[in-house]
Amino acid sequence: MNRNPRAKTLWGITDIIVIIVALVPVLWLASLSFKDPGTIADGSFLPHKWTLDNYRGIFQTSLFTRALVNSIGIALIATALAVVVGSMAAYAVARLRFPGKGLLIGAALLIAMFPPISLVSPLFNLWRQLGLFDTWPGLIIPYLTFSLPLTIYTLSAFFREIPWDLERAAKVDGATPIQAFLRVIAPLAAPGMVTTAILVFIFCWNDFVFAISLTSTLNSRTVPAAIAFFTGASQFQTPIGSIAAAGVVITIPIVIFVFIFQRRIVAGLTSGAVKG
Amino acid sequence: MAEIVLDHVTKRFPDGTVPVNDANLTIADGEFMILVGPSGSGKSTCLNMIAGLEDVTEGEIRIGDRVVNQLAPKDRDIAMVFQTYALYPHMNVRENMAFSLKLARVDRAEIDRKVNQAAELLELTELLDRKPANLSGGQRQRVAMGRAIVRSPQAFLMDEPLSNLDAKLRVQMRTTVARLQNELGTTTVYVTHDQTEAMTLGDRVAVLRAGVIQQVGTPEELYQRPRNLFVAGFIGSPAMNFLPGTLEEGRLRTALGDVQLPAEMAAKVRQAGAGRDLIVGIRPENFEDAALVDGQRAEGRTFKATVDVLESLGADKYAYFRLQGARATAQELEELAADAGTGDAPGGSDQVVARLDPASRAREGQQLELWFDPGKLHLFNPANGAHLTL
Repeated sequence: MNRNPRAKTLWGITDIIVIIVALVPVLWLASLSFKDPGTIADGSFLPHKWTLDNYRGIFQTSLFTRALVNSIGIALIATALAVVVGSMAAYAVARLRFPGKGLLIGAALLIAMFPPISLVSPLFNLWRQLGLFDTWPGLIIPYLTFSLPLTIYTLSAFFREIPWDLERAAKVDGATPIQAFLRVIAPLAAPGMVTTAILVFIFCWNDFVFAISLTSTLNSRTVPAAIAFFTGASQFQTPIGSIAAAGVVITIPIVIFVFIFQRRIVAGLTSGAVKG
Repeated sequence: MAEIVLDHVTKRFPDGTVPVNDANLTIADGEFMILVGPSGSGKSTCLNMIAGLEDVTEGEIRIGDRVVNQLAPKDRDIAMVFQTYALYPHMNVRENMAFSLKLARVDRAEIDRKVNQAAELLELTELLDRKPANLSGGQRQRVAMGRAIVRSPQAFLMDEPLSNLDAKLRVQMRTTVARLQNELGTTTVYVTHDQTEAMTLGDRVAVLRAGVIQQVGTPEELYQRPRNLFVAGFIGSPAMNFLPGTLEEGRLRTALGDVQLPAEMAAKVRQAGAGRDLIVGIRPENFEDAALVDGQRAEGRTFKATVDVLESLGADKYAYFRLQGARATAQELEELAADAGTGDAPGGSDQVVARLDPASRAREGQQLELWFDPGKLHLFNPANGAHLTL
């Protein structure tokens, strides 16, 4: 670490600039959500007339509340599945030598690089044939497809960091392979798993492309898609206030998530860097 | 407690390398057996096969009366101490030691009793609630030992358990390990690359080279009667000196001068049918300052050499000198030098070392008359490394 005071100030200023650049749009959104519809376009950063009407409004429509339930359910299920399946796959990638391992890793990487938008029309047709259109699994499956490569990559990096001797010791101590994984390896990889889970959750939570094209009703429409269907009180009124309020509401779970697991995430993101 | 038998055990990797080749070894019940050899000699692979962490390609491993080839490590009833200790970082010392008992569903009171007993034996009682991260190297090592002994297994397998400790602690732990094994009387297989550890700890020692067991015997046997050049060069510190020699009608010409071989030795060499060129081995302690030898002087030979370096260790003096044409060459010697890292060191192999009585008046750079007993010479066949006069 550089303790030089000049460097310190420079770093401090840079940090502040980055934080401002990142936070201004969020604050702008929050400010919009509290503005009265009449003053929404007044261009001032702070609302002149505070109101909670936008929030009341969105929670009164089933369009939003139902979408919120869909969003939470789909994101949680997809995350849980991705972490469970991904950690097993990552463990195999990190620890086992098996034919086709290089191919598997390459294929996973290939999928991660695939532009999601190119899959939308084929999936749309496929899902309608299979009856998966406008259902929870219809969204969970593509989310898994795109989050598993990430999961496998990050988790296998974590598993690789765990000394193999620990697993061997557990086996000699009388553990079955499953016990060795669950009682020794998994607890040590927990920071990695939490980090990965959050990344996957954010990905599913934020997705718009699949949500807008593979859903058609309240059945499975998630919040990002539902927001696009917001309407004003009359056709001449833009629903900017409601959209802003919905935006704030769906940001909150992520913020809470990150705050709770902040220390774990930091530990997770850096644990590979320094040999502890 | 049980006997461990390796019956024609071979390990072959898919890429064709054979880390262990046709190993036969019987480790008696309660015996402390050391597997020693340079790195890559297959000693750890042997241990892993006994533990069940690696498959056996050919042959049979028996623990007690059971063939264990197909058994998972957990069903073999053995405990292992790893070089890295492999303590579970998320568990404290007590949990680390109790882990195997918990998996075996031993009841809680019994677990507590056994853990406390083992902790007392290893002086770990105060540390039971600490995490491994907060322990010193020596303490971690003791926890690893404790984790092995709480289970009262059939056998202990130790994979270089002391090599991560600093020198002083290693000597101390060496006695701890020896004492523990004596008290518990559990069959122990101990892998090390340190020949001092091998000599001091083992009831018997097996020397491995490139996957083949070279010789199995008590430390004295290996030291006094090494079966080949490799064992002779590996066991003993400082290592045995090797010089080229030529045998002509019972007279051995070496850089140490011409020696009339005792009749018995000469006969054995003839019997073995080796050529005239031999490798002569002599241990540093078989030299002495000629000025200090009186009684047996007539039985030995003397020669003069200039002392290159003199190391005074208090109880001993080591005199290093060079002799004309003293560089012996053989495959085994090159391997040993490579392992010790002296292969390309300047003046490594034509240097001869003698251990002298501290009363010796030898000085660096001065000529010294040295005495040795030709009966103590070891003669080897340079072609295959075999000892010719056993």
